[in-house]
Amino acid sequence: MPTNAVVTDIKQVTIRFSGDSGDGMQLSGTIFSTLSAIFGNEIATFPDFPAEIRAPQGSLHGVSGFQVRIGAKDVYNSGDKTDVLVAMNPAALKVNTPFLKKGSIVLFDTDSFQKKDLDKALFQTQDPFKELSLDHVQPIGVAITSMTRSSLEGSGLENKEMLRCKNMFALGIVCWLFNRPLEIADKLLKQKFSKRPKIVEANIKVLTDGYNYGNNIHLTASTYRIEPIEASKGFYTDVNGNTATAYGLIAAAEKAGLPLFLGSYPITPATDILQELVKRKDFGVKALQMEDEIAGITSSIGAAFAGSLAATSTSGPGLALKSEALGLAVITELPLVLIDVQRSGPSTGMPTKSEQTDLNQALYGRNGESPLVVMAAASPTDCFECAFTASKIALEHMTPVILLTDGYIANGSSAWKIPNMEHYPEIKPPFVENQFSGDASAWSPYLRNKETLVRYWGIPGKPGYMHRIGGLEKDLLTGIISSNPENHQQMVHIRQQKIDNIARYIPEQEVLGDRDADTLIVGWGGTYGHLLEAMLHIRDNGRKVAYAHFRHISPLPANSHDLLRRYKKVIVAEQNNGQFASYLSGKFPDLHTICKYNKVEGQPFKVIELVEAFTHMMENK
Amino acid sequence: METTETKYQKYLPKDYKSEIAVRWCPGCGNYAILNCLHKALAELNISPHNTAVISGIGCSSRLPYYMNTYGFHTIHGRAAAIATGVKVANPALSVWVATGDGDSLAIGGNHFIHALRRNVDINIILFNNKIYGLTKGQYSPTSARGFISKSSPYGTVEDPFRPAELCFGARGTFFARAIDVDMKTQVEVMVEAARHKGASVVEVLQNCVIFNNGIHNKISDRAWKDDNTVTLKQGEKMIFGKENNKGLVLDGWNLKAVTIGEDGYTLDDVLVHDATTKDNTLHMKLALMDTADNLPVALGVIRNVDAPTYEREYERQIAEVQQRTPRKSFTEFLLASPNVWKVK
Repeated sequence: MPTNAVVTDIKQVTIRFSGDSGDGMQLSGTIFSTLSAIFGNEIATFPDFPAEIRAPQGSLHGVSGFQVRIGAKDVYNSGDKTDVLVAMNPAALKVNTPFLKKGSIVLFDTDSFQKKDLDKALFQTQDPFKELSLDHVQPIGVAITSMTRSSLEGSGLENKEMLRCKNMFALGIVCWLFNRPLEIADKLLKQKFSKRPKIVEANIKVLTDGYNYGNNIHLTASTYRIEPIEASKGFYTDVNGNTATAYGLIAAAEKAGLPLFLGSYPITPATDILQELVKRKDFGVKALQMEDEIAGITSSIGAAFAGSLAATSTSGPGLALKSEALGLAVITELPLVLIDVQRSGPSTGMPTKSEQTDLNQALYGRNGESPLVVMAAASPTDCFECAFTASKIALEHMTPVILLTDGYIANGSSAWKIPNMEHYPEIKPPFVENQFSGDASAWSPYLRNKETLVRYWGIPGKPGYMHRIGGLEKDLLTGIISSNPENHQQMVHIRQQKIDNIARYIPEQEVLGDRDADTLIVGWGGTYGHLLEAMLHIRDNGRKVAYAHFRHISPLPANSHDLLRRYKKVIVAEQNNGQFASYLSGKFPDLHTICKYNKVEGQPFKVIELVEAFTHMMENK
Repeated sequence: METTETKYQKYLPKDYKSEIAVRWCPGCGNYAILNCLHKALAELNISPHNTAVISGIGCSSRLPYYMNTYGFHTIHGRAAAIATGVKVANPALSVWVATGDGDSLAIGGNHFIHALRRNVDINIILFNNKIYGLTKGQYSPTSARGFISKSSPYGTVEDPFRPAELCFGARGTFFARAIDVDMKTQVEVMVEAARHKGASVVEVLQNCVIFNNGIHNKISDRAWKDDNTVTLKQGEKMIFGKENNKGLVLDGWNLKAVTIGEDGYTLDDVLVHDATTKDNTLHMKLALMDTADNLPVALGVIRNVDAPTYEREYERQIAEVQQRTPRKSFTEFLLASPNVWKVK
């Protein structure tokens, strides 16, 4: 490929592909991010799309975006603002105006910036850039639609099919702009449309023509180069959080030597977990699309009773429906992994937008004293680690575990070094026959390991261990129904103690940054990338600051109290009204140092805002 | 899953009985159902450790505690979904659901119909006493219109579900009915239900001695039972009555009860029962017969149709996929996936 003479080296860039929800922006974005990862850059992506599948063409609420940040290193999140915006229509330009950096390149399709298009996006004038006061950007108008059409003239494709390729023309230009090798994109397209060779051919043709167009007419003064990172040796792939979650479950089942069962029901943004696991029949995974959320979890509880590694995947409204069944898993002490991919609420809320508002529901959303394990994943690839660990805890401690992820990390992707499973710990469930072999009569279903307080798992099909469990309170020794007051008090205590004991089996909480700072930033879940970058910025500004990001929420790591007490100020930042902050205050009533940073917009944090707010909080005595 | 059974053993009804004292009200129809299940399992000779009995909430759902099998007393209405998970996870188990009219037809209606639609091989014993017993006497989804109860002091203003109708509407492949006092039929239909590959519903018309005593008297009382019920048998004429001289015939599109030898009807006119026809029209008509229409209530196996079962089909798909793609470790799978690159 010929390249421009002038190439500028840059460290990072954020690009947003934006258009109608049918314009193929998610595909352009995915291909660009994947090829950048393969090229050797760090990536972080943020698909931001409306809940409507096909909103009215050209309308403001139908704008679908895919943001990708690529860099030579230190890409912790998908970026606050964009350096390059691809706007396939005026609505995309208008919606994304607040996110444009000074000097951004705005690549737009002149064919779809005609009067009727401007009207649809509610512009008053014929000059959208002026109307939006965008005098600080570099607009680059290209007749993308008509050039796509002429590129495919004689291809035999119908007009509609031709127009579907226009996202590739835009992608071609972006690839030229950032000196991306097209060979990788070609390969990705071949995979994507493997059963439709004609479509592959058309897409590659348009992609190449877009690239050449940029090159031939020197669309910008300079193109840009982002050097590949020096990553540690090994094999890599890119993965989004939902896929990584599904993989974590598969890896855990393999480690434990158990079949994997998922009972689920489609719900945005968690459905991809179900859709990945139904594909994995090669691993013998049994993933069932049940009739509702309740059947999703209850079929999993049945499978757990029958000896599977059982999981269920959902989002907030689904978790609400599953709460009674979760209580059943608590009282019967069966292993179960529940993944809640959080989205904006309450009720249906904003299904495609992300936030951290389900923490209270996960911790407290059940009747009775109903303790269980709550964990939260920090990034797309961390979903793998967390799903693995959640499974290990569920199986070894005979408890339901709620793993909180969110829409941002579930749909966002990053490069992932393929793990060597030999380096992962064993998973050893407390099978009853290992403990009571030869003397089944000495066993009853609620006898416990004295150290962990974990009961033993008797799986149907094994002679000698027939037993009955259920939602009624049981006698702690015989396992027979009991409403004895002292027994209930003891069982309430034991169930809590069993969960608290898990703190001994999880790692201590780590602190990043300056351990000896006065201020500690605290976060949990999918805000990790933003909080980390904010912390680094504050340090670059010459201030000392520490940062603790919690993966384990219930129970908290054993050193949590000591750690939090060390700091004069603890800033708990979360995308809710302060749920983790309240939880910490409740756990540690002597901790009077907590300040809260909360933002609940259904959008990722903005690093620049975090830096400003935290700095301000640090200055206030 | 493999069973560890090594030698042949003949099980007796007592082998399925747990040591827990049964705590239903004296005279409750559930005692008979429990005994029949013990007998049916012994007849089937399914080992107790390969049997799982799942229940929801209600009087009926205490049953698993009285079984020396694997048992799971779950939450209200969800037994069919939990049993689906158990059966799919381990198809080698004999999975039973003990449930009531409130449990399965009200709060658990969705799971009930979908378990039938999927045809997962579970055996649902539906204890139908047309009342909420454990909450002390509210009307249930099978209570007749106008039924007076604690939650309907002026009588209900809603029509009941008829379980068979719901079962057939959900494309159920097996439906049988028995009366609690008729142990012989009960055991027979339970055995048939277990042998049926797919979801089976056994409706047991059960008496709640405290809150709805005598609700099934018209058909369960010895004085009327023979004339008011017909026990259907595969391949046999639909004959009933104290004198065994009544039969069911087709009259246009409808069923009619006639006396053989009267009005010109002979034994040849009497219908022969076939539970195995795919078309459920006649099964529906038989199942909905009511003494109010001068027709006997049908007992026995009304419908028993072969169809693919969910858990076997699932395993078949897994086997097919695994045959096509050689088994890999998880790491091998990732390395072989698209978009893998190497950093040297």
